[in-house]
Amino acid sequence: MSKKSFNPDVDVVEWTGTHRPYDIIKEGTIALVVMSLLVVLLSALFSSPDDRPATLRQWSHSDPVDFANTAFSELNGSSGTAGYGQPYNNTPNATQTIGPLALQRWMGVHIPVHPAADFVLATLATLPDSPIISAALQQWKSSSNTAQFTWMENFAKVTPTFSAGALHFPPVDAGPIPVLMSGLTSMARAGSLDQSLLGGGSNYYSTDYTRPLLFLADGNWFSGLAEKQHLAGDQWGMMNETGSYPGQAWLWLYTFWYQVPPFSASENADSLIWGLMMVLTVIMIFVPFIPGVRSIPRRTKVYRLIWRNHYRK
Amino acid sequence: MSNATIDRQWTTRLRRRVEGALPPEKLLPDTQPSYVASWIYVFGVATLVALALVTLSGLVLALKGPTWWHVSNVGHFVNSTHLWSVELFFFSMVIHLWGKFFMAAWRGNRSLTWITGGVTFMASIGTAFTGYVSQTNFDSQWIATQAKDGINSTGIGAYFNVLDLGQMLMWHITLLPLAAIALTGLHVILVRKRGVVPPFADEVAA
Repeated sequence: MSKKSFNPDVDVVEWTGTHRPYDIIKEGTIALVVMSLLVVLLSALFSSPDDRPATLRQWSHSDPVDFANTAFSELNGSSGTAGYGQPYNNTPNATQTIGPLALQRWMGVHIPVHPAADFVLATLATLPDSPIISAALQQWKSSSNTAQFTWMENFAKVTPTFSAGALHFPPVDAGPIPVLMSGLTSMARAGSLDQSLLGGGSNYYSTDYTRPLLFLADGNWFSGLAEKQHLAGDQWGMMNETGSYPGQAWLWLYTFWYQVPPFSASENADSLIWGLMMVLTVIMIFVPFIPGVRSIPRRTKVYRLIWRNHYRK
Repeated sequence: MSNATIDRQWTTRLRRRVEGALPPEKLLPDTQPSYVASWIYVFGVATLVALALVTLSGLVLALKGPTWWHVSNVGHFVNSTHLWSVELFFFSMVIHLWGKFFMAAWRGNRSLTWITGGVTFMASIGTAFTGYVSQTNFDSQWIATQAKDGINSTGIGAYFNVLDLGQMLMWHITLLPLAAIALTGLHVILVRKRGVVPPFADEVAA
């Protein structure tokens, strides 16, 4: 059996040279003191960002028309969430793919969200002592699909305005929709919508913000706040945070792909970039076994800079 | 009881195996080969120390709950130390990783050391990400709503809901830190067991 030949990218010549004193505990202690001081200094100088969370209440006060338009898009099924697909709903041909791999669709609906019911109708039904809303909901429920469709078509053609604390709509044959939209906007302005959209199966406790966050993200107001903070997707927003803080700088490569073609123009950008990053991650982890890649250190000779004292001798 | 009986015990075998693989002089060395003299080696220990500071500041935040730091100046300062120790952790870790890459630190039967380091890096990214979406402020809202599309596109989002604060917080303070710390421990043990990779022997032909 022949002896395995020496591969400089895999094997080493074991060290038989000199050793020097090395106090690992002292080194660790010095590192701990220096890093602790650095952390305290950075914290004292720069603190940390903490912009208050956006709420549906804030939204409906700051931009009630955008809120009402978004609420209507949830009702008529044209919102981002309504057309999202898995894991929220079964909207056909909505999910991203990597070639023939439709992983998102294959995993199915595990977090069911039905915007018309969850964000508008069922929420309004929780309002007590509101005969006008109750009558509008009853009219909606008892009407045919054709009537609902016609009302939504007509309502989509008008632009609401907001003054004197209330939404106003031009005269339109939209059945109960104006009442429903006004009711939901009032509910949001009172602050009760934020709490009523929380999920988790309990009537009291919840830590699941899926529904309010999806609703918030469907409107323009929320993304407008983020754009002002340079957090949009085309502003490297995935790795940034509010203020002038480093954010998740280690996500630079992941965020980079979103800025360049073909990903920047692809409808499957998320799945393609995740696929690419998974491949790159596997390559990184298994570098020792990949011929060519594992030769880069030897060929670039950067190691001569790292071990310059050794090679000088 | 005979020596043979003791020798066959699982405990005895395990102890002898550990002692053989990692004797005290390897675990806590007082000398190093003379080539171990470069600033690049500082970033390994800096990463470990930063991880300790991240854990410590995170434990203090955990004592008071996820929203304490919004209403307390002390809490905000502790949160700042958590943030900056995380930044220093990743800064040190990335330089450590690139340094080890250019040293081809996997050579000499050290592949598993490299792999555990790479996996620790990924676990750390996951830990930091779940922290960012658990801040209970505007940043966490925005990052979560942006990140959901990427994670949902892989199918993982069906089970790993970045919009569910409770789920993310539990991953952030229990599951992922446990993984990151355990992997770091394994990585350090492997470094101590195999020693620091020697320089390329330029005179040896490829």
